[in-house]
Amino acid sequence: MKEIVIISGKGGTGKTVVTASFAFLAKDKVMADCDVDAADLHLLLEPKIKEEGKFHSGATAVIDKDKCIACGRCLEVCRFSAVSLDFTIDPVACEGCAFCRNICPVSAIEMKENLSGQWFISDTRFGPFVHAKLGIAEENSGKLVALVKKKAKELAKAKKASFVIVDGSPGIGCPVIASLSGADCALVVTEPTLSGLADAKRVINVAKHFKIPVKLIINKFDLNLKISKKIENYCKEDNIDILGKLPFDKSVIEAITVQKTLPEAASDNIKKIAESIWSKLSSQL
Amino acid sequence: MIIAIASGKGGTGKTTIATNLALSLGKVKLLDCDVEEPNSYLFIKPQIEKKHSVYIPVPKINSDKCNLCGRCQEVCAYNAIAVVKDKVLVFDDLCHGCGACSYLCPEAAIDEVNKKIGIIEIGKREKLEFIDGKLDIGQAMAPPIIREIKKHINPEDVTIIDAPPGTSCPVIESAEGSDFVILVTEPTPFGLNDLKLAVETFRKLKIPFGVVINRSDLGDKKTLDYCAEENIEILLEIPFDKKIAASYSAGELIIETQPEYKDKFINLFEKIKRKKRRHNEKS
Repeated sequence: MKEIVIISGKGGTGKTVVTASFAFLAKDKVMADCDVDAADLHLLLEPKIKEEGKFHSGATAVIDKDKCIACGRCLEVCRFSAVSLDFTIDPVACEGCAFCRNICPVSAIEMKENLSGQWFISDTRFGPFVHAKLGIAEENSGKLVALVKKKAKELAKAKKASFVIVDGSPGIGCPVIASLSGADCALVVTEPTLSGLADAKRVINVAKHFKIPVKLIINKFDLNLKISKKIENYCKEDNIDILGKLPFDKSVIEAITVQKTLPEAASDNIKKIAESIWSKLSSQL
Repeated sequence: MIIAIASGKGGTGKTTIATNLALSLGKVKLLDCDVEEPNSYLFIKPQIEKKHSVYIPVPKINSDKCNLCGRCQEVCAYNAIAVVKDKVLVFDDLCHGCGACSYLCPEAAIDEVNKKIGIIEIGKREKLEFIDGKLDIGQAMAPPIIREIKKHINPEDVTIIDAPPGTSCPVIESAEGSDFVILVTEPTPFGLNDLKLAVETFRKLKIPFGVVINRSDLGDKKTLDYCAEENIEILLEIPFDKKIAASYSAGELIIETQPEYKDKFINLFEKIKRKKRRHNEKS
């Protein structure tokens, strides 16, 4: 079983569209969406939920006003500015370290476990799909990512699937690091803009830092041929395989708008390129 | 006046709006809080005048004083400390730097040492003051760098914050305390889905917001319908234009290649000022 994680550094370069194409093209696989705080893959896969569960993570301090003697110890030790001058806790600022509870002389502070999100195992027209929804303004997306990946891998093992295909999140921080953990390939989707290039370099270095092999796709490559060339040169120097280049094509946006994957609804040219990318990727792993 | 630019979905045009708005206004502070993937500098091209590292405090065990009592492991909420047979293991990457272990160690055997997680850069372009941060490769935690950038806010100034995508901790850390949030979206099912998440987020944070629709002529009309139903004001629509896409790709501002946009960004700011005034009068 091989695990492919699709990442980009910069947001909006086409991670989810590429991932959804693989959902259509790969035969025996489990799909997973690890962009848990702005998940979109479900819009193209239309999952029917079979199993779901709650995700508890971390805790938030709560001060019992009746017990509180306003001594100010909690305010003094909190490094996250979560305690207000009238001794209430800002649940958004609180990082759940429990320092305040541990030093409160009258035990007026309790830690309440957070319900941070939900996970789902679903059926789709392309097979099984594990996804999740992080609660609004919640923390610990990295832990929810790890949970989604664990469930997807268990499912793939049980079904003897050849691939786990994971849609990652933008950035290089905790959810991205969590999604890369244990992957066989990080597939970077980038675009020929200075931002796309700068961000791809950063995320490539993160993947390398964790010793995950990297491959790359240039999306909308014809929007700036000069920068596309720069990306190609960078990849050459860094020994990164470019699996394909997709042109800017309005049929891609039209396919998303009717909530279909590229092989189902985009132009023949786009379909052909998507097929060739998947065939290279699947044969190289 | 603090205005944050956020989006839910990535790649909708936050940086485009933040940089063009900031330079149209001239004398403002622009803070790029997308410390995982900062891009504003590519467009502003500021002269960087100062750089400094950002650290978080992590525990360092003094084994001469430590008697392996296990109190540090007990108080650490992040499983960053493990007391094994004859020593204490510290996992820096899990540490949030709360300081509880060091303070509560009965033997005073824990010092805090600084671990570098990123840098801050401070610069300017004409009257515009520019501050951004960069998370080091392999580091997981963006919020401490965002907090450091936000120390540069002076409530008397106009401050524009370029926020990261998503709806979780880095976004909250960036936008908290703002007077107004501009949500940038695109009229696709992805854009709309993530706009709804962003709307829920900022309603929960009780920060007033409005929407900018980028590439407004690609996709469908559902975003307009949603905003009408939810009574959310559309502050500006920017149609797809290959010229804008090309100038963006090369790190050029819209107001440089299409100067007629400057008035649109100044109007955007005036609109927000009026909305903010009405909001203040109401509350």
